[in-house]
Amino acid sequence: MATVITPRGQRQVQRLERIWIERKGLLGWITTTDHKRIGIMYFFTSLILFGAGGAEALTIRTQLFGPNNHVVSPETYDQLFTMHGVTMIFLFVIPMTTGAFGNYLVPLMIGARDMAFPRMNAVSYWLFLGSAVFIYMGLASGHAPNAGWFDYVPLASKAYDPGNNIDFYGYGLIFNGIASTATSINIIVTIFKLRAPGMSFNRMPLFCFAFLAVSFSLLFALPSLSVACLFLELDRQLGFHFYDAAHGGDPLLWQNLFWIFGHPEVYIIILPAFGIATAIIPTFSHRKMVFFPLVALAELLVAFLGFGVWVHHMFVVGYATITTVYFAAASMIIVIPSAIQLFAWITTILTGKPQFKTPLLWIIGFIVYFMIGGLSGVTVAAIPFDQQVEDSYYIVAHFHFVIFGAAVFPILGGMYFWFPKVTGRMYHEGLGKLSFWLTFVGTFVVFFPMHILGILGMPRRVYTYPPGMGWTFINQSETVGAFLLAAGLLLIVGNLTWSYFRGAEAGNDPWEGDTLEWSTTSPPPPYNYPVIPTVTSPYAMWDKSDRELDSRRLERGEGVLQQGHETVASTVQDAEWDEIVSMPPHSLWPFLVGLAAPGGFAMLLLHHYWIAAGFLVLAGLLLIGWHHREVAA
Amino acid sequence: MAPALRDRPRRRPLRGIAVAIALGVVLGGCGRQSIVSPRSPQTHDIRTLWWWMLGVGGIVFLGAIVMLTMAYLRRDVRGLPFIGDREPIAQGLVVMFGIAIPLVVLVALFGVSDVYLIDSTSPPDPRTTAMTVEVIGHQWWWEVHYRGTGAVTANEIHIPVETRVNVVATSADVIHSFWVPQLARKIDEVPGRQNRVLLYADRPGSYRGQCAEFCGAQHAHMALYVIAQPMAQFRAWLAAMSAPARNPSGGAAAIGRRLFEADQCASCHQIRGVTAPVTVGPDLTHLATRSSLAAATIPNRPSYLERWIANPQSIKPGDRMPDLGLPRWQISDIVAYLDSLR
Repeated sequence: MATVITPRGQRQVQRLERIWIERKGLLGWITTTDHKRIGIMYFFTSLILFGAGGAEALTIRTQLFGPNNHVVSPETYDQLFTMHGVTMIFLFVIPMTTGAFGNYLVPLMIGARDMAFPRMNAVSYWLFLGSAVFIYMGLASGHAPNAGWFDYVPLASKAYDPGNNIDFYGYGLIFNGIASTATSINIIVTIFKLRAPGMSFNRMPLFCFAFLAVSFSLLFALPSLSVACLFLELDRQLGFHFYDAAHGGDPLLWQNLFWIFGHPEVYIIILPAFGIATAIIPTFSHRKMVFFPLVALAELLVAFLGFGVWVHHMFVVGYATITTVYFAAASMIIVIPSAIQLFAWITTILTGKPQFKTPLLWIIGFIVYFMIGGLSGVTVAAIPFDQQVEDSYYIVAHFHFVIFGAAVFPILGGMYFWFPKVTGRMYHEGLGKLSFWLTFVGTFVVFFPMHILGILGMPRRVYTYPPGMGWTFINQSETVGAFLLAAGLLLIVGNLTWSYFRGAEAGNDPWEGDTLEWSTTSPPPPYNYPVIPTVTSPYAMWDKSDRELDSRRLERGEGVLQQGHETVASTVQDAEWDEIVSMPPHSLWPFLVGLAAPGGFAMLLLHHYWIAAGFLVLAGLLLIGWHHREVAA
Repeated sequence: MAPALRDRPRRRPLRGIAVAIALGVVLGGCGRQSIVSPRSPQTHDIRTLWWWMLGVGGIVFLGAIVMLTMAYLRRDVRGLPFIGDREPIAQGLVVMFGIAIPLVVLVALFGVSDVYLIDSTSPPDPRTTAMTVEVIGHQWWWEVHYRGTGAVTANEIHIPVETRVNVVATSADVIHSFWVPQLARKIDEVPGRQNRVLLYADRPGSYRGQCAEFCGAQHAHMALYVIAQPMAQFRAWLAAMSAPARNPSGGAAAIGRRLFEADQCASCHQIRGVTAPVTVGPDLTHLATRSSLAAATIPNRPSYLERWIANPQSIKPGDRMPDLGLPRWQISDIVAYLDSLR
């Protein structure tokens, strides 16, 4: 039930409306620091990039439809599968989860009025957008990165890839990493400091635990990637020898640095999905999450253990058996926290009264595919088997079940789940279910046979294959599946677009949800809540007396913070009322920083180092200007 | 092109191999790189491991599907039959299915695969192997040396059957991965590292392998054959392979030899006894004995060889071998020469 606003409460609300008013029009979007509007910008940007990555995938599948096909040239094919990987991981899943879902939902779920650093939040978005445009300039100019998203040296070194293809990757990912780091710091501080008084850690929604774990993972994993890319560019541009075996360097240094980032990255991709699942399951099962503390612990444990398994990507590089065995053991241990969560979800659905509406269907699909991807993941922790199927289509099958089946399904389910909250409208349930089944079947048809292809010895990353290997029919059916899958995804977009204009009124809480965001209006006002909510359990919305208390507090003007642009900071562990913090208003500075930075990276790419330095100094000056103005205000 | 070239007499030593390949394609078309038709003890072990993992994994998966199906069938009833929905019981289920059972299964799997079976896929002790073959990856072909002999070849490795062969895998340029799925696990070829893997075939035959690590534009066309043959046959082959090239007695082949030396061919390819040592492209000393060209991309027949020399970029776009623009008569003489190199 939602907070009831009485006429006396209404006066408080009107004051808040005046304080938190947003600029209108395009300028409003450019200068906004509202976490919801930034989340929406992240959403649409990453959705468009998802479309680009999908188009790349469909082209790849078309090329592989038959043996010795000539739809695209080998060079184009290499660029396409590289861009597909880079796009889906860096430009779609991470910004979609931390940027769109995290930004929009975390402050709402913890009862805050914005992220901890609203302007840094805006700057994250503009930098992310800049990095995406930067990386895609490569494809537009015909020089997209072409050594795979894993970009192994020496193939990616100047000697074997003399164009600037790889530089779009090297600089682009350093650039992109800055944006992701800023977002993760923001989420961590927001979760640590801005939780509504009373929301101690044991009362925090599991969704937020997942996003906390993701943010820490990003924060500690990204430096490894940035350093790897920095070394790469030093090798390429200035003739250093970090990765050059002929001069005492080591190509395996790249692989280690890359996977020290790259494996936590897998959990960075999947953890938000866990978070979304733990938000949707209790709501539609009408039951509290089974074993809440263990699930919270498991979410954090997955992120932590994810840092100790990276060599399982390197079982065939020739490391000593004892080294590989250690990492195989670590990779098997990480199965346990994943299994805990999996069976906690299943048990919650099983012992509750589940309502199989569209969002829950996506979560069921997620559970099924996470099982498949997880089990095939266990098989490759058996080193001898991994040494057979490594770099074959078996691996492609495995990680698409994990990354698409398990990580993206909850994102799609989450779109349906929170659509009423974000737009105030209901989506079309029948079309929603149809889109699920199309996507579910398409996903199976495109990815499941890849296991068999791998068992039949088809290597990954080949632009074509000879006839007579037993691979042709399987590849053909996969291509058909890919288009089925694309149809399912387009139907989601169609459904949600239609519903945005024609959908029924959703009201505040169409699902009887368990977390705070359902207590405010749909869409939420710029200040999120007229009164900072009372929290006494992890299922704040199911504590009806607390919501009634909120109405009375609003009448009394208690916790309304109608003195200014403010929110409440609380203590880290127990979330006791700490202080009232003043939040910065909308500003043009983040956008200007976001304009200067891509200029700097573009100049680096073109070897104009002095101009690049000029742009970066300009970005620094803009940051000072931003600070100055804040002090003056 | 001289018709005589097409109708030249069959190469006897290759007939068996050709038949084996043809049979392989017809009978086990699906099996040429299949890890479930193993031909060595280690790949046999891996196949057994795979079927076990598939079986146990399948049971676990079905268990979860049964639970989800139950959840659907009992969607209007709270809790489970008999045990209800009390939190301790639900927690017990999570502990059992999420911790206890996975722990048992994982410990068993770890013991079997990563402690026991791993011995068979680890690099072999050199004292237990009969011979050493060096396989050097190039963009996009395989250079093959037989240690202790002068034998050099490319894209085709002959080994004696039922013999432990120590393969030393390394790279001349970028990272490649040596993978002949029916005979052995794969091993990366990393510049600056000398990785080793055991190669063993328990019956004669021709086994296809393919580069497994993405290595650039023609990664898709970097295959090879391992040909396992009885020891006597292998010894004869190795002796022939160690010898320098035969000189053509005259005719088109003799002209072809002079063209080979005069044109740009010799700047990349060596023919032992004829041209200076160079390893930019494959050694061609006994090219005519091989079953395929361009790293197992096209069959080694004069018509294909002619097309390959005339226009390699249309067969392997981006390959290191350039379109040389040689006149047709020169090409057919060069083909005549290369075809005489047994």
